[in-house]
Order: sequence, then structure tokens, then C-alpha cells
Amino acid sequence: MQHTRLFLGDEAIAQAALDAGIRGAYAYPGTPSTEILEYIQRAPEAAARNVHRAWSANEKTAMEEALGVSWAGKRAMACMKHVGLNVAADPFVNAAITGANGGLLVVAADDPSMHSSQNEQDSRFYAKFAMVPLLEPSSQQEAYDMVWAGLELSEKLRVPVVLRVTTRLAHSRADVRVRAPRPENPLSLPPDSRQYTLLPANARRNYAALLRKQRDMIEAAEASEFNAALDGADTSLGIIAAGIAINYLRENYPGGACPYPVVKVCQYPVPEAPIARLIERCRRILVLEEGAPYIEEMVRGHFRKSPEVRGRLDGALPRAGELTPDDVATALGLKEPPALKLAEVVKARPPQLCRGCPHADTYRFLNEALRAYPGSRPLSDIGCYTLGALPPYDAIHSCVDMGASITMAKGAADAGVRPAVAVIGDSTFTHSGITGLLDAAHENTPMTVLVLDNDTVGMTGGQESLSSGRLEGIVAGLGVDPAHMRVLTPLPKNHDENVKALAEELAYEGLSVVICRRACIQIRKRQ
Amino acid sequence: MKHDILIAGVGGQGILTIATILGRAAVREGLHLKQCEVHGMAQRGGAVYSHMRLSSGAIWSDMIPCGGADMLIAMEPMEALRYAAWLAPEGWLIANEEPVVNIPDYPEPERVHAEIRARPRHVLFNATELATKAGASRAANVALLGAASYFMQMPAAAFEQAIADQFASKGDKVVGANLAVFKAARELAESRAAK
Ligand SMILES: Cc1ncc(C[n+]2csc(CCOP(=O)(O)OP(=O)(O)O)c2C)c(N)n1
Ligand code: SF4
Repeated sequence: MQHTRLFLGDEAIAQAALDAGIRGAYAYPGTPSTEILEYIQRAPEAAARNVHRAWSANEKTAMEEALGVSWAGKRAMACMKHVGLNVAADPFVNAAITGANGGLLVVAADDPSMHSSQNEQDSRFYAKFAMVPLLEPSSQQEAYDMVWAGLELSEKLRVPVVLRVTTRLAHSRADVRVRAPRPENPLSLPPDSRQYTLLPANARRNYAALLRKQRDMIEAAEASEFNAALDGADTSLGIIAAGIAINYLRENYPGGACPYPVVKVCQYPVPEAPIARLIERCRRILVLEEGAPYIEEMVRGHFRKSPEVRGRLDGALPRAGELTPDDVATALGLKEPPALKLAEVVKARPPQLCRGCPHADTYRFLNEALRAYPGSRPLSDIGCYTLGALPPYDAIHSCVDMGASITMAKGAADAGVRPAVAVIGDSTFTHSGITGLLDAAHENTPMTVLVLDNDTVGMTGGQESLSSGRLEGIVAGLGVDPAHMRVLTPLPKNHDENVKALAEELAYEGLSVVICRRACIQIRKRQ
Repeated sequence: MKHDILIAGVGGQGILTIATILGRAAVREGLHLKQCEVHGMAQRGGAVYSHMRLSSGAIWSDMIPCGGADMLIAMEPMEALRYAAWLAPEGWLIANEEPVVNIPDYPEPERVHAEIRARPRHVLFNATELATKAGASRAANVALLGAASYFMQMPAAAFEQAIADQFASKGDKVVGANLAVFKAARELAESRAAK
């Protein structure tokens, strides 16, 4: 029995994971992956089966929790944005060495064009690095089907499998045919208890097994229903189209019928046989892929016989940014690049803090307290509060990776900067700020850390923050002197007293933590 | 039959509601659809858009090619101009007159309106005002949808049913007010198009 539903790419993944019988989904919010776990949290069947669906502290804990579910023989999914995979890289790469027991699917949502991110790294490199299969859907339907296929492949080859989506598919809706649900696996621990004990002797044996499986992975990709060699009469050009790039190709031909031979790549490792055949037959090769020139580099380097390769590296397509149907049309010589000159009256409209946002009040008293130290530059982090880097606040001067405000400010203090100031959100703090603050507490580093506690994960749409009700306890537990831990309420009427309190901590030659606590107005509205 | 529609506005203006109602109407008519939208950073008061593609046949790209949109629906006049390049030469531009001034260098609204009026096919009106008069001050988005619907090959009843479904949980009064806004705006588009 099948029926059709309208799903965002992210929702298709979530529904498929529930249908395919996962025991738990583990995630930390991050655009464009957030909607996966949010969907599972709303789904009645998840509640009925009590599928694990609470947010994790960060992507590393999420990955390890999912690994534990897989260890116990059940199916699990860990979801994150691309940079989240950096945080989870240690368990991810080592999970390839332990292998999977129950199916283990790692969803990485990449953000080419950096719509909401610090970089546009391509998660396909991570799968290659860990030497595990990767699936990359070209449609919401494939996203749904690939969750099923990925979990099956994971159990068959006994390795974690990556599902890579990009922003466009994650946040685009289309109709999806869903399947009848499958029951959960029974609990069954791995038969050989050494499998997950990566002492060198065990690790070497597991690694040899992973290397042996590489051939199986390539064969699985060559036989995959998601990859295809589509014939075309005109062999003056051969096209390799990966993931959603195939849609931008078909968009340019009536009925989607491309006149050139095409190899569609949606399951990795890259299927070798059809690509080798394409290169044999065609004089020129055009590689269309979303993200980095991943396949393009392989084709240029590996297959020396290949005549002429076009793509992102030779300027046929833009080197950076999300691919568009227009880019592909231009590369095919079907269209001039569109003239995107804006009328003179059109001004940039950058995102900004909501009116009444507590962070705005915090930045006003921070700026005033810092007037005593001309040229000082607070280091900061990622969240709504990063918008304080823009006018009218111009209050913060860095945003690198989750938690880096505290550790960079510590480095700056170590280097002699006074006052050293870090500004971090409550969820960013519990994600990756705690360990850095432990370093600073251990050395009583002279710095002032402002924790902007709006009681939610604001940037990604107001998810529950794990810091809720625990912040003072965590800070005190790390060994911060209680005399230098303050809680302020960022409100216009408290401005003067907040300036005074902060000024005292800035002047203190030791570690201070100033919690600026007022709830995000967006979640206040919803309650 | 195909409609490629770009919807534009400022984060928080409710452009996703327009997309959702359009989607409901299209599904009711048995059409395929692909609709992409902006989540994340830009939703905090920045420029946002949604690409809505409806078709009786297969739809490939989630994004409308530049210069290919049959219609551009804009909740805000400057945002209409930001995406003007997406509109096909014979496409219709349906725009709200009411500016959202949340940046220091927002131009004179009259200059923005003049640029829109220079486009051959446009319906520029104060959707906020029309919605308020029809009894639903927060339904400027439904007003724009009403005006846009006049130019689409789908029956008014499909939209009306979709609006009723969309607001059903808020009660009959809200549904009735939104339907009144839809109808008033559709009539306005009809009279403008006749000119
Ligand atoms: C490794 C990583 N995970 C997730 C994100 C996405 N992300 C950016 S900021 C943020 C949360 C910010 O929450 P909080 O610190 O409470 O600040 P707020 O937005 O509420 O001001 C998230 C989830 C990211 N950029 N990097
Ligand atoms: S969502 Fe909340 S935290 Fe983010 S800018 Fe708005 S009020 Fe501030």
C-alpha cells in the first residue's frame, strides 16, 4: 500500500526514518537540517512508539548516542548541518572502523551559497575520508527512498551510511509516495564484543575489513537504482550529473530529454564502470554537481585518457555557490548568463534582531561599559546574537565556530589583551562552550564571559535549550568564583545598573561570568 | 498547464502562508508541485522568497529559472524589484504598495512604486489597507493571493476551499474574513486588468 504526501526534503527523511523502524533520531539544530527532528517530534507515530527524539547537546553527542543504538542492534539516525559533521567527526570516522550493528544513517545537510552558514564544505569528502557509502537524493521521493535503502545498506555492509542533502532539497516541498511501515529490529548486541573496542590489534583487523568492503561499496553503487546511465544520440558531449544537478539539466530540455549521454550519480562511492564508458564514448565531459568539484577532480585526475573536462574548475560553472538551472543552461551554451543588475532603488536588507530582542539591550549596555576601553573588541559566537556584529550595534568582532568565543577570548587574554570579552548564547554555551570555560576556570584567566540566555535556540526557530534551568549550576560546577558570577536582566530600565555591574567585572583581573537573562520575544509570543 | 510563481517579501510577513494556500489549491486540482522556501538566518527581518511551481506534467528543478516566472507576488514593493529579473517578459507582477522600512537607507516609496508601474503588466495596490477594510487586517498576504488568482488557470473555488482549510482551526469568523479579503482583491485585479 502506498500513498502520496506533500513533504519538505527534510520531512521526507523524517517520515522515512519512522517508517523504516528507527528506534531513535539524534540531532542538534542547524539550518538546513533542523526540520528533520522537528517533524519527528510532532509525529504521532513517534510518540506512540516512543522513538527517541529529544535534542542532543551537540552533534558529537548525537552521533555517539546513535552509535549506541546501532550497537544495540536497533536502527538509528543522526542529523546535522554540514559543519555539525566537523564536531561529530571523531565518532563518525571511528564508527566506520567499528562498523554498524543495527542500521546507522548519518544525515548531513550541506549549505552551498552559505545561506545560513559560515562555510560551504561538501560532506561527500567526509564519506570518502571515512570510506563509507553516501547517498545524495535528486528529489524528495529519492530522499524518502534513500533512508530505507541507506539503512538496509548499512545493515548489509555493516557500516554507517551518509545521506547528504543540500539546502534547496531540504527546504523544498514535493509529493512523495510513502511505504507501509516496517517493525523495529529486536535488541541484539554485536556477536563479537571486540568489534567496538578499538585497541590497535582490533582496530587493524576492523580496518582491513573496511578496506575489503570498498569493492562491495562500489558494486553497490554500480547496481544502485539511484544511479543510471541515460543514453543520448549526440556523443560530442557526455554529462555527469550528481544529486539535484540532474534536475537543472533536465529543466533545460523539453520533456527533460537531454540529447547527450548522461551518467546520474546519486549513490557513492562514484560508480566507476558507467563513468569509464562515458569517457570512452564522448569527446568532452561536463560535470554538474552541487557543492565542491568532487567528481570533477576525480575525472580530471583519474582518467588521464579523458579528453576535455568542463565544470567548476575551468569556469564553465561558478567555482562557488549553489548551482542553479541558469548556471547549467549557460554551461550547455543554451543561454547567456542572466543579467541580475538590481534597480538603483533596491537596497540590501540584511537580517536583524527582532524589535524588543533581549540581545539588543545587552549590546547597548556592553557597548557603554566598554567605552572606558577604546578599541576593545569582544569576541563572539554563532546565533541570533551574531547579528550584533552589524549596525547599529557593531558590538562583537568574531564568529568562527560553535564555542570559539570563550576559547579565543582566553587565547587573547593569554596574549595580553585587556579586557578580554566573550559573548556566547546559552545553547552555543552548552553545545561547545563548557569545556572552554573549564580551561579558563582552571587558570582563572582574566576575562569576562557574557552568556546571553534567552532560554531557547533562537537562530534555528526556537528549539528547547538544554541550558534551561542549569546554567548557574554548570558555571559554578566548573569552578568559577561565585563572587564573579552575576545574573543581569537586559531591559532598558535596567540599563544603568547593568553598565555598572558589567564595568566591575571588566575591571576584575580574573574570570567573570555574566549571565544576561531574558526570554526571546518570539518564544514568549508562542507561549 | 503550468504556473511558475515567485513569492517575495520580508521575513515575518507571511509569504509561506501564500505558498501553502497555493499548494493546497494545486493539490486539490490534481497538479504536481515543487515549492522551495527560505528558512534560517534571513527569516529574521531579511529578504525572503519562495519559488512555487505548479504543473500538470513533470517538474524538474525546484528553482524557477531566471526570466521564467509567470508571476511575481510581492508582499513588499522593494522586494518586488529585487526579484524582478525572475519575471518572464509577459509575466504579471502583483505587489503590495505598503513598504517595510526596517533599514536606514530605504528609498522614497514613490520611487519604488514608479519602478513597478514602469513594468508592462502589474497590479500594485495597498493590500494591507484592502485587507483591513474587508475585515482581516493581518490578511495582506491573502489579498495578494486573491489578486494573483485572477491571472491563474485555476477556478476561484479551488482557492476558496484552500483558504477555508488553511484557517479552519481558527474558526468560521476568521475563515469568512479571509474569504472576503480574497474576493475583494480578486475583483480589484479584474478591474485593473481590464484597463
Ligand atoms: C556545529 C554547528 N551546529 C549548529 C549550528 C547552527 N546554529 C548556529 S547558532 C545555533 C544556536 C544558537 O542558539 P543560542 O546560542 O541559544 O543563541 P540564540 O540564537 O538563541 O541567540 C545553531 C543551532 C552551527 N552553526 N554549527
Ligand atoms: S528570535 Fe528571539 S533571540 Fe532571535 S532576534 Fe528574535 S527575539 Fe532575538
